[in-house]
Amino acid sequence: MEIKKPAMAGTLESSDCQVTVEPGDGKIDFVLESAVINQYGNRIRKVIMETLKNLDIDNVRITVVDKGALDCTIKARVEGAVSRSTDQFENILWGGRRKS
Amino acid sequence: MINAVGRDIPEEILKITGKEPFMGIHHFDGSVYKKDGPYTKCVINSEGSKMVDSIRDCLVKCGIRDGMTLGFHHHFREGDYVVNMVMEEIHNMGIKDITICASSLGKAHDKLVEYIEDGTITGIQSSGVRGKIGRAISEGKLKGLAIMRSHGGRVRAIETGEVRIDIAFIGAPTCDDYGNCRGIGGKSDCGVLSYSMVDADYADKVVAITDCLVPFPNFPAHISMTKVDYVVVVDEIGNPEKIATGAAKPTTDMRKLMMADYCTEFVVNTPYFKDGFSYQTGVGGASIASTISLAKIMKERNVRMRFGVGGLTKPMCDLLENGQVDALLDTQDFDLDAVESVINPKHFRISAGEYADPFNKGAVVNKLDFVILAALEVDVNFNCNVVVGSDGMITGAQGGHPDTAAGAKCTIVITPLLQGRIPAVCTDVTTVTTPGESIDVVITDYGIAINPNRQDLIQCMKDVDLPFKTIEELRDIAYSITGKPEKVQFDDKVVGIIESRDGTVMDVVRKIKEFQFTGE
Repeated sequence: MEIKKPAMAGTLESSDCQVTVEPGDGKIDFVLESAVINQYGNRIRKVIMETLKNLDIDNVRITVVDKGALDCTIKARVEGAVSRSTDQFENILWGGRRKS
Repeated sequence: MINAVGRDIPEEILKITGKEPFMGIHHFDGSVYKKDGPYTKCVINSEGSKMVDSIRDCLVKCGIRDGMTLGFHHHFREGDYVVNMVMEEIHNMGIKDITICASSLGKAHDKLVEYIEDGTITGIQSSGVRGKIGRAISEGKLKGLAIMRSHGGRVRAIETGEVRIDIAFIGAPTCDDYGNCRGIGGKSDCGVLSYSMVDADYADKVVAITDCLVPFPNFPAHISMTKVDYVVVVDEIGNPEKIATGAAKPTTDMRKLMMADYCTEFVVNTPYFKDGFSYQTGVGGASIASTISLAKIMKERNVRMRFGVGGLTKPMCDLLENGQVDALLDTQDFDLDAVESVINPKHFRISAGEYADPFNKGAVVNKLDFVILAALEVDVNFNCNVVVGSDGMITGAQGGHPDTAAGAKCTIVITPLLQGRIPAVCTDVTTVTTPGESIDVVITDYGIAINPNRQDLIQCMKDVDLPFKTIEELRDIAYSITGKPEKVQFDDKVVGIIESRDGTVMDVVRKIKEFQFTGE
């Protein structure tokens, strides 16, 4: 799937995260700022990479500002941002890419 | 060397500080020592005056010089002006290498970071630090080791002579021209001056800084003229409105109310809940809610409290107003209602030494039945951390946590299981401030764990309808939601020590390291 334009999902409230995706330059560029980076930085990166993989995205600039969101929230925010950047308003990408 | 809470204290730190590793909360019980005393400049001539025109003149009269240790108190909490006022003068005079020995420091003192960076301040000894000073210490900017000690521990350190205060500064809401200080009666009241009392007794020079000079005698004095060298008048010593900053107001948060109900249910089912019991709480939302719900049950069952201790807030003072407690013993007021309550004849001021010092002939904390505390983290050994954030940054203060926990017959820690994504119950706390041997019960919104050392309490609760779990079960629930946290990556450099109330080393605080991704 291709990121067509910049898009955002999420907030900077506690226990949420704000995900911004932009068209990449041929690879995944990942920037993380997190209130819990010391304890969960590696895990957050893993969840985001897995989510992008499930969406078939390998060309994106993704910036995440995390305020202690749980894995499920992070995943939903990434899927939300990607849906918006690809103008996917039907069959929104909750839970990864729809196979059909 | 591994200490009694399993923390590895580097030999080098023991060597530099001359301290021993923590050996258990009662290790020094019954030991004997000779108290230190101040160099005292006698005032015999009746023509002299203690009034000095400015803080600068005071500093000169006190013989300020490089390397001195200065004492401060924190009754104005986030509204304190005195520390910054004095340190700015010292900075302007070009004095270096000052150690601040304060009862606590907070965000009100963010300005001190520039003095830490330029070498004006090279030592900090405090109950804890919040705000930018905490960050500066964690980033290794302080030249010396920061020492975090409890309120009782600070008194011990001064009385034993481990710390010698050259000049103590007392922010006095009212003062007369001869140095009689009171915590009330002026335009900026803080209620009591309890933390300063040991400074007044043991510092070589004592300076009262006031914004309300009153005619002699300012009686009954909270700190006597017999201990004060100089008096200086300034425009404002603090902003009492900010005393309550950070302290909780009665909460409507259902999670906290539920924990408060658990706590009250637990308390009333212990053998200590009977007519004449004693009680202290912190200022967390759940602790305050517990006091309110306990007051209701006390009324229903016609049980009176003999004394309440604080760190006082409105709900505790309400008990006094409503005739549910015989006496309040006060070292600090956390809101303006508590400040106003100080004039009640059954609201007694006590010194920090009377409150919590482990090295006197018996402190109030030893007489406590219950203390309700909060914590940033509790581990499966019931060790608590209240100073260092889970991210490794210094961000809190010991306060009376280890003192009251050690003294009380039943020490209850209330904490939500999750603070955002951070599990409050974990395998190993980031830094130990209060040893697990003094923690009896941990109450969370997901269940209650009793320390297995307290089989008596476990027996009492056999038929009580509360969600009891083991501490490991609580941790596992937390980790199942948040995922298992990784250990924070620290630098090797030690930037501070967590001092046990008896002066031994409970733990060390290391310099934080910038996070780097590891693994694939």
